[in-house]
Amino acid sequence: MAELNKESFVIRGKDTTRMESISRPSLSFWSDAWRRLRKNRSAFIGLCIIILYAIMAIFAPMFSQYTQSQMDVNARNAFISSAHWLGTDSTGRDLWVRIWMGARVSLSIGLIAAVVNMCVGAVIGGLCGFYGGKLDMIVMRIVDLLYGIPSLIITILVVMVLGKGIAPLIVAMCVVGWIGTCRFVRGEVYRIKEQDFVLAARVLGVPNFTIILKHMIPNILGMLVTNLCMAIPGAIFQEAFLSYIGLGITPPNCSWGVICKEGIQYLRYSPHQVLIPAFFVCTTMLALNLLGNGLRDAVDPRLRGTE
Amino acid sequence: MRKYIVKRVIAAVLTMWVLITAVFFLVRLMPGDPFQNPKMTEEVRANLESYYGFDKPLIVQYGVYMKNLLQGDFGYSMKFTNKTVNTIIGETFPFSADLGIRALVLAISMGLVLGIISARNRGKKLDFFCVVIAVLGTSIPDFIMGAILQYGFGIKWGLLPVAQYNGIKYTILPACALAFYTLASVSRIMRASMLEVSQQDYIKTARSKGVSEMRITVKHQIRNAIMPVMTVMGPTVASVLTGTFVIESIFAIPGMGKYYVESVSNNDYSMVLGMTIFYGVFLIFCNLVVDILYGVADPRVRIGER
Repeated sequence: MAELNKESFVIRGKDTTRMESISRPSLSFWSDAWRRLRKNRSAFIGLCIIILYAIMAIFAPMFSQYTQSQMDVNARNAFISSAHWLGTDSTGRDLWVRIWMGARVSLSIGLIAAVVNMCVGAVIGGLCGFYGGKLDMIVMRIVDLLYGIPSLIITILVVMVLGKGIAPLIVAMCVVGWIGTCRFVRGEVYRIKEQDFVLAARVLGVPNFTIILKHMIPNILGMLVTNLCMAIPGAIFQEAFLSYIGLGITPPNCSWGVICKEGIQYLRYSPHQVLIPAFFVCTTMLALNLLGNGLRDAVDPRLRGTE
Repeated sequence: MRKYIVKRVIAAVLTMWVLITAVFFLVRLMPGDPFQNPKMTEEVRANLESYYGFDKPLIVQYGVYMKNLLQGDFGYSMKFTNKTVNTIIGETFPFSADLGIRALVLAISMGLVLGIISARNRGKKLDFFCVVIAVLGTSIPDFIMGAILQYGFGIKWGLLPVAQYNGIKYTILPACALAFYTLASVSRIMRASMLEVSQQDYIKTARSKGVSEMRITVKHQIRNAIMPVMTVMGPTVASVLTGTFVIESIFAIPGMGKYYVESVSNNDYSMVLGMTIFYGVFLIFCNLVVDILYGVADPRVRIGER
């Protein structure tokens, strides 16, 4: 029997020195979330619809022969035709152009109001949650008080004081709109503050600023983006409601709420004047809701399918 | 328990006071005034202003208003002459309340049923169907729902009356339009909460003891799952109430919402003031009742308040 000793064996095809190295790029949180979002068919369709509407809102009015307040007296209440792609309203204005001009207003109001509310709410809620103490107590008393008052009533009153138009509308929506985000962010910050990795950072002497930047924000950001996505349909809804009761956008500007309101008087004879803008409002809300659900599942897979 | 209730009541009263004060001063800041009539002479105008007390300093007006309010007096309307705000609210509120209660009952009962069915059949076709309804419901604003129902059932097929409010047949369309959004959100919350409860240990225990599925659902699951639905009752009432603004104007129902929108555009100070306060106080009261009920139903809420 031949003698077997270690020296006569060589490990082939396996480099022991590089076994522990990472051969693929590691997935960051966002690329991971994006991968999950892409797999979610309904959320992806939602995203596509939003992008499509945004592009159409920017470009469609530029390439039309009509403007939003131009009246075609020979074609009042016209149905869909080759001259007017989506028909006309009671004064002969082209609905195709009006819908996309309205989309500009509705979508941007929804986005701006939601973003402003989110930023204000996140900063106030974050500070309250992080520092606690007296500041937290005072702000939370105010928040509780404001939370008890029906928000729409405050919004209506502020619009009445500031006057109609796009800017007053956004301001009015923001007066009480930040409260929801504030409460949510404060709760999250409270929860994260108690966790071990923050304690570890603190023990290692990391300054507050770095803790907020490196630990707090990344942990909340996912939920915050989801919240933002869910808040946009709410803001669009509110704008449409206010425009509908006559407190929103004034001519020559128009929004989807205004177009619906104008069309509803002619429901009996030319229903397309309501049904077409209604279709766009509903699909936008639907798309944003689907995207929001998908985002929530993507940033926090534990929640998948529960709601 | 008493401490909890007292705390809630004090908070509610404080909120009402802040609301009334804020609304009072905000209304005075509104541009334009209620006596916009070019034919009116200076003398008549001055008389009118002193009649309504506008010539006095603002703080005195506030004092007088608060005093009257405590006696339940909202003052006179400025556009509908010779009518007090109280009469107008008294005439119109029953319509709104009737519509609102119908919508609420429909929304909550149907929402709960849909949520339960959906959670019991998780992942099956029935669940998918219920989720689609819920997503659609939260995507369609109530005025659009109103218009669609009015066009479909009222005009196109002629099944139900298009407008007005003269009997049970007239209430169906507006109540459905008003209820749809709330129905959808209630069913979503109920579904999520049912699914969460179904993973709890006591459900497993019951199941391992051989309790029938039906009994588990009814006795254990629904009872515990209904809690989160109760917390959103306050906002739900609020959304139904504001929904009446548009639904009433679409279906030509002589309710409070229609008057409110009209007085907003008429600059009718005392009407806007009175109705806003009425709405606000009503909603705060609803919230209070919900809070107290919640505290009664779930002892953890009373103790674990942060």
